Amino acid sequence: MKKNAESAWPDEVHALLKAAGVRQVAIVPDAGHARLIKLCEKDKSMRVVRLTTEEEGVALLAGAWLGGEKGVLLMQSSGVGNCINMLSLPLACQFPLLMLVTMRGDHGEFNPAQIPMGNATQAVLEALGVIVKRADRAEDVPELVSATLRLAFNTYRPVALLIGQRVSGAKDFRKLTESVPK
Amino acid sequence: MSKLLHRRDVVTELLRERGDTLVIGGLGAPAWDITHAGDHELNFPLWGAMGGAAMIGLGVALAQPKKKVLVLTGDGEMLMGLGALATIAVQRPRNLYIVVLDNERYGETGQQETHTGHGVDLAAMAKAAGFAHALGVRTQAEVSRLKKRIYSGDGALFAQVKVDPERLPLVLPPRDGSYLKNRFRAALLGRNALQQ
Ligand SMILES: Cc1ncc(C[n+]2csc(CCOP(=O)(O)OP(=O)(O)O)c2C)c(N)n1
Ligand SMILES: [Mg+2]
Repeated sequence: MKKNAESAWPDEVHALLKAAGVRQVAIVPDAGHARLIKLCEKDKSMRVVRLTTEEEGVALLAGAWLGGEKGVLLMQSSGVGNCINMLSLPLACQFPLLMLVTMRGDHGEFNPAQIPMGNATQAVLEALGVIVKRADRAEDVPELVSATLRLAFNTYRPVALLIGQRVSGAKDFRKLTESVPK
Repeated sequence: MSKLLHRRDVVTELLRERGDTLVIGGLGAPAWDITHAGDHELNFPLWGAMGGAAMIGLGVALAQPKKKVLVLTGDGEMLMGLGALATIAVQRPRNLYIVVLDNERYGETGQQETHTGHGVDLAAMAKAAGFAHALGVRTQAEVSRLKKRIYSGDGALFAQVKVDPERLPLVLPPRDGSYLKNRFRAALLGRNALQQ
């Protein structure tokens, strides 16, 4: 794997989350979050909570805040669809919530099933009143994570950072028919 | 068959000597029940978030490992978030206790039947998910035993309490979520938490 701005953002994001005091890391995996998840799993100050569906994470992190801890929710854009009604909780009660969403159905997508939700992710979140920011270049991700962390926790509201598919790349399913992924 | 338990008797009994136990109430009747037992700053009654009560409890329990966290919710509410049983079991929170008041109905919306009246055994599902303790409760004696296990035993515990599908007058908690949240945090963490 190349070690430049393109692949270093998860390390920087992990350091930012740690510095902000994030303790509960709620996840439904996406390939785009693989490295960040690994870093959080290795970090003894963080508790990775694997979810069966993303909306569990919205509820979990409301509880975390009630109990005095900060958290973050990692998911892919299809998972946003699983969260919609549960987002009423942080919206109605003004709970801080940071969602880092890796986009699918976005830049050069191969899988038709990802298109409807990927295409609607931002509009759906904004229709609810969730603040949405977007990073389409790897080098912009850390700064936007820093900004959205502050937005969420200083102003007590749900904030989503969409990490564009340009950053993590579209999966090439055809290639994967020829060899096992590393 | 013994007579069915009354939900407010069960909740009043479970909360009588609650001390600093942190209580989450699922939307609808369970929220009215915990308020009937006495509105409390360490109560977080829900007005929505159906399917989320147990997960809110997990978030609090992980953040406050020294405090007991009690989730009181309905069968319909629990059924909407069954995956939480798996998620919670994997985290093994020793301070989390989930009590489902199972009237086999969606009481709040007109007493429509839920799955639990048709053979779905929530306690068995919790057990299969890996909860350390999972039990069914039907009698007063079992309520007393449940109370003892909550206050002098470790979790994670899941209890499915069969209750009468009676309709009761509502006892409303405050409904401003921001107030409920800040009240809870100030009582638990001190007033300085509101400056965070
Ligand atoms: C997502 C969602 N679907 C449906 C409803 C409507 N609703 C409110 S309370 C409730 C029933 C809750 O049943 P249960 O948890 O068993 O509580 P009970 O009143 O029976 O004690 C329903 C279906 C809702 N509020 N949210
Ligand atoms: Mg019910």
